[in-house]
Amino acid sequence: MENREGIAQTIKQLRGRLMRARWLLPALLAFFFLAALAIHRFDLLDLYVQLILMYVGINIILTLSLNLINGYMGEFSVGHAGFMAVGAYIASWLTVRVFPIHLAAWLFPLAVFAGGLGAAMVGLIVAFPSFKTRGDYLAIVTLAFGMIVKSAIENIEALGGPRGFLGMEKLSTLPWVFFWVAMSVWAIRNLVYSNFGRGVLSIREDEIASDLMSVNTKEVKIIAFVVSSFFAGVAGALFAHVLQFINPRAFDIIKSTDILIMVYLGGIGSIAGSILGATIYTVLLEVLRPMGIWRMVFMPLMLVMLMLFRPKGIMGLKEFRWFIPVRDVFASMRWREKNGDSQ
Amino acid sequence: MSYILQQLINAFQLGSIYALIALGYTMVYGILTMINFAHGDLFMVGAFLCFVAAVFLKLSFVPVMLISMFGVALLGVLIERLAYKPLRQAPRVSAIITALGVGLFLENFTLALNPYPKQIPQLMSNTTWTILGLSISSLQVFIIVLSLLLMLILDLIVRKTMVGIAMRAISWDKATVPLMGVPMNLIISATFAIGASLGGAAGVMYGLAYPVIDPYMGIMIGWKAFISAVVGGIGNIRGAMIGGYILGMVEILVVAFFPSTYRDFVAFALLLVLLIFRPYGILGKPHPQKV
Repeated sequence: MENREGIAQTIKQLRGRLMRARWLLPALLAFFFLAALAIHRFDLLDLYVQLILMYVGINIILTLSLNLINGYMGEFSVGHAGFMAVGAYIASWLTVRVFPIHLAAWLFPLAVFAGGLGAAMVGLIVAFPSFKTRGDYLAIVTLAFGMIVKSAIENIEALGGPRGFLGMEKLSTLPWVFFWVAMSVWAIRNLVYSNFGRGVLSIREDEIASDLMSVNTKEVKIIAFVVSSFFAGVAGALFAHVLQFINPRAFDIIKSTDILIMVYLGGIGSIAGSILGATIYTVLLEVLRPMGIWRMVFMPLMLVMLMLFRPKGIMGLKEFRWFIPVRDVFASMRWREKNGDSQ
Repeated sequence: MSYILQQLINAFQLGSIYALIALGYTMVYGILTMINFAHGDLFMVGAFLCFVAAVFLKLSFVPVMLISMFGVALLGVLIERLAYKPLRQAPRVSAIITALGVGLFLENFTLALNPYPKQIPQLMSNTTWTILGLSISSLQVFIIVLSLLLMLILDLIVRKTMVGIAMRAISWDKATVPLMGVPMNLIISATFAIGASLGGAAGVMYGLAYPVIDPYMGIMIGWKAFISAVVGGIGNIRGAMIGGYILGMVEILVVAFFPSTYRDFVAFALLLVLLIFRPYGILGKPHPQKV
């Protein structure tokens, strides 16, 4: 009994502290955004470092969006580079061919958004096979989808075919990448911790049971796929405008595998894990560049070691308290209190 | 007409190679319900062992084949022991990601050792016969016959021998069979050895039929073989053979009648259509779900 009162006390204190610290998150976001803007405007950092920061951001978006399907929903999708390709090609085509040259920089956000929307439409189509098959068979369907997108682009002459598509200006800047990273974290965090998100998690735990508990599994799957592919498309659009050159081979199975590795390195079902996984993988690949070709030998070995000694990835279903909405923190504390587990 | 027949022979050649690799996927899946994504790269290692044995050791065809099959089998068992065995109780995705990692490792390790695509020398005299306007090379006949023979041997092993019975028993029920005194680890190793050696044989045949090999060739062919295993119904050995021949046939016929750039597009679209009608593959059975 005493213990319970103690916990109630702590909850009250914590709640008070969090209420008072409400300004912290917007302040931090604004600070980082201004920092990104300043870095971009005045070249505070080396161009190479800026480039890597942008890659980190793009990979975070990709990892988060795949984590929604593979981690939170428990499906096994392997064709994520396909969505990325759709977004990249739509956005590049808009900025190069459709928008007037002098307005391209202003209309860039629109192009990125359009890329995301296009990818989301395609995601809608891919969502349907997931009603029928799960697990390994869905892996095949998404894999085949990725290959179909790649070979379809190779056969469209207007998009440069196998030679690729170029002419984009360097429109992806650090502030834009930061903006989209913040958007994707915000969207996916709010999605996962909403009522709807409980449905997503329940599909991971047991699809039939969640269907019986009146979760509309079809709707949940469609929305999860659409959101996930939207952000993959956004990441693709940003990627295209960093590199200023895309060709179908940039979006093949190897790219999909990379995203998968980042998801499982960071740990499934965890926003913090996705951010850590994407950051560590991207930065480590750059840091190890002096090793030349041997870094590509070393990295998979590290991944295997990680899986052997920590099969759940770095975070694995855990989350920094930072990313959990306040009421969820309290809910879980109360739950522990009720079950007599005071840790 | 003869053009179509000619293409059919080419399709049989390609299909044999796909089928041999698909067998490795389907055997491992049948026994561990795990997709061994490193299998395509074992096929690549087989081709490179063939290159090493043929160029540096200057061996003739039979020892080259044996070295490749044996070497790849050893590698398959080693990978299973070091990377997959500790993960048997872990979530299934960890094992899949480990397999992806092992595959990447094999690719890049081979690439780091010798960075250029290699050409495999001709190991056997290759005569071309012309029958009824069809040209058939002895190599094509040899590849088709040898792979059919290997598949026949595998089918006999799985149906008639003790090892095969134990394999089928384990894939039926993993919990009870070890209690009956079946050495489970040994049987799993044997499965990996047999599957990998078939992949190695396919590597040698591929190297002979399409002489240029490179470290990344295992990716595409591995995925395609995996797809053929799924088309046939993954876990089903005869299904894998059928799936391999179907995929080989579809690819060659698409190239014969369309621009060759449409090959992957049509092949995968067909796969998706097939999975709509038979979601578990041609010979596969739906897995009953407990409620």
